Amino acid sequence: MDRRRIEERFFQGLMVLSSLVIFLSLVLILVDILVKGLPAMNLAMITQGPKGGFYLGKEGGVLNAIVGSAALAGGATILSFFLSLPVVLYLNVYLRQSSRFSAFIRFSLDVLWGVPSIVYGAFGFTLMLLFGIKASLLGGIIAVSLLIFPIMSRAMDEVMKMVPRELLETSYSLGATRLEAGLKVVLRQAMPGILTAVLIAFGRGIGDAASVIFTAGFSDHVSFSLFRPVATLPLAIFYQLGTPFPEVQDRAYASSLILTLIIVGISVFTRLITRRFRSYTIR
Amino acid sequence: MFLVTAFAGLLLFVMVLALYLKSRPILETKTLGQLFLATSWSPSRGNFGFLPFIVGTLWVTLAAVVIAVPLCLLTAVFLSEYSPRWLREFAQPPIDLLAGIPSVVYGVWGVIVVVPIIKDHLGPRFGSYTTGYSVLAGGVVLAIMIFPVIIHISLEVLAAVKFEVREVSLALGATRWQTVKHVVLRKALPGIFAAVVLGLSRAFGETMSVLMVTGNVARLPHSVFDPAYTLPALIANNYGEMLSIPLYDSALLLASLILLLVTLVFNAFSQVILARLSRRVA
Amino acid sequence: MGLKIHIEVRDLDVFYGNTHALKKINVGIPEKKITAIIGPSGCGKTTLLKSFNRLVDLAEDVRYSGSILVDGQDVLAPGVDLTAVRKKMGLLSQKPTPLPMSIFENVAYGPKIHGVRNKKRLREIVEHQLKEVGLWEEVEKRLDEPASKLSVGQQQRLCLARGLAVEPEIILGDEPTSALDPISSKRIEEKFLVLKDKYTIVIVTHILRQAKRLADYVVFLYFGEVIEHGPAEQIFANPQQQLTAEYIKGVIS
Repeated sequence: MDRRRIEERFFQGLMVLSSLVIFLSLVLILVDILVKGLPAMNLAMITQGPKGGFYLGKEGGVLNAIVGSAALAGGATILSFFLSLPVVLYLNVYLRQSSRFSAFIRFSLDVLWGVPSIVYGAFGFTLMLLFGIKASLLGGIIAVSLLIFPIMSRAMDEVMKMVPRELLETSYSLGATRLEAGLKVVLRQAMPGILTAVLIAFGRGIGDAASVIFTAGFSDHVSFSLFRPVATLPLAIFYQLGTPFPEVQDRAYASSLILTLIIVGISVFTRLITRRFRSYTIR
Repeated sequence: MFLVTAFAGLLLFVMVLALYLKSRPILETKTLGQLFLATSWSPSRGNFGFLPFIVGTLWVTLAAVVIAVPLCLLTAVFLSEYSPRWLREFAQPPIDLLAGIPSVVYGVWGVIVVVPIIKDHLGPRFGSYTTGYSVLAGGVVLAIMIFPVIIHISLEVLAAVKFEVREVSLALGATRWQTVKHVVLRKALPGIFAAVVLGLSRAFGETMSVLMVTGNVARLPHSVFDPAYTLPALIANNYGEMLSIPLYDSALLLASLILLLVTLVFNAFSQVILARLSRRVA
Repeated sequence: MGLKIHIEVRDLDVFYGNTHALKKINVGIPEKKITAIIGPSGCGKTTLLKSFNRLVDLAEDVRYSGSILVDGQDVLAPGVDLTAVRKKMGLLSQKPTPLPMSIFENVAYGPKIHGVRNKKRLREIVEHQLKEVGLWEEVEKRLDEPASKLSVGQQQRLCLARGLAVEPEIILGDEPTSALDPISSKRIEEKFLVLKDKYTIVIVTHILRQAKRLADYVVFLYFGEVIEHGPAEQIFANPQQQLTAEYIKGVIS
């Protein structure tokens, strides 16, 4: 009798401990980035590109990387959106829920979701060789859009699946074609969820380094040209940390702080959207 | 629309094919033994022994899984079986946030926090001299990175176990832990296994954070305090020299192919288990 | 009346959130008799049953007050040993719920968790209980098969055997036959009539005919309140309250 009681208490204690470890690790990481990054932060970090000698400790900031990342992730998100939307519409509006083909596609997307980002980088690289594209914004966009395509599709699909079937049927009975019903009714219903999916994908795209390391190159300039190499925040952090100069390493922490703030910001924004729009959707 | 969807279905095959075609040069020049059993890696001399990288990746991945699985399982059980609903919901955002933090940031944190601790405190405690850049460092950082995957899927799997079986067990006079141990976990085991495999797969392919904390020395590690060089790190570190040395690009793309195939197998395996489970519930 | 009370409910109030599910219940369940709790669906019968073995605790946002005395001990008191209380009571649910294990392990589960290790003893218990519920011949050759392979009627009998294996004093049945075919229902009912010599039995049922067949004592619950309770012949033949009379006549259901 007592043995069971002891066993219960023991495991309860262990469980609470584990949960604390996990949540503490999050807190620890965020706090450390904040603590190390804040002192090194100044306005110049976000408003200026690297001046001469930036990597040797001189003036400048990471504007090149901020802009570059935004452009790259933005471009990739847009490209990926135009790939994901048709797929998700097709799966949910044109195919029956139980069709084998849709199961296969969903399975593929799930498996693609787990492919490491460096593999997307390598594949992107082979595509670039094939088409003669050099390391550039375009190269990065191709690789990252492939990376985030499964993430975006899956998230959008989950949202679309939740749209009640009756909504579609009502539209058909009113005379709409499948495409019209799909676009006007289902999409509107699922809009907040789709927006969330896009934002999540964007967040993933902006934070990834492995996929851009071959494909986007790096640059000290703020550039929007598709065919020139572009700087990205993750790589900027990586290169800054790799220098032997403590001032530059400190800047790596500040850049990490910037990147983390962007990600946290997106996360919070996503949650707000979901909550706000919950009232507009039909249950 | 159909075309795009078909593209989605074919993408995997296209990727495998493309990487395979690019790997052909080295596959044709060297035997599999020379590639996968050799420990010497010096591309300029034409040696492409992948063994240190394969072993290194295995060590780091295993370390991560060993650290993460007990913690995640206990936490998932706690949230699912012992917590009120508000706590479970309250716990989701932090877990999602952990999942969103970029790999580089984990790497930076690993370098600032984990590496010094291993170098100054853990290594000496176990009688090992270490620079801190080690399998252990990679394991710790990776473990944290895969917490969200394992917990999230485990929670889903646990939630899928019907309430009535728990009730039955408790009605017979079992304690909550006995119910968890003998009934809930038993039912949820395949799903939890799938969750772990997915976590393993994620850890296997992780690049930046591992690259930054494991030391990148191409030797077989003999203890967790030794440095290691993983396959993803190999690819990421050397893309610059890729085109200047013959066969180097082919070798690195072969490494990518290996990564792709391994994660493909693991993921497909897990997804099949999870799909079968959800079908049973529905 | 000379009936010894096994479970005494005093001033029991149960709330689910803001819903007042049970209102000041005062009733006594007689020992070694079959008591039927009757009343329209959703008016608290299951809640009352689950209060006896503290399974109400599992619901979200539940509060209760009052006391339930079993053999003199208040089951609702804080600090009471829940596993001991639950061991005293066996619950047979509406939907047969076998545990995800073999037939043998299902029945052996109860004794095992209470500390019985001896393999021989477990085998004895399993055989005895399966014989008690009339399932032994049907399953003795396939004890290691998953319990889910049995038919619904067989599963319910298995659940009964499983419940009896922990040697309870009280058997609680929550609409125990409503998911079963007529033949299986009949077998369970016959079983209850035999078991009442050794156990106090409380069944919730919405099948009036079943109550008439089985009950020695009847409690009529209507929207969380006990309207009337007493010996079965009295309630069915000569109900004191108009509501009771109407329900029995089938006007309200």
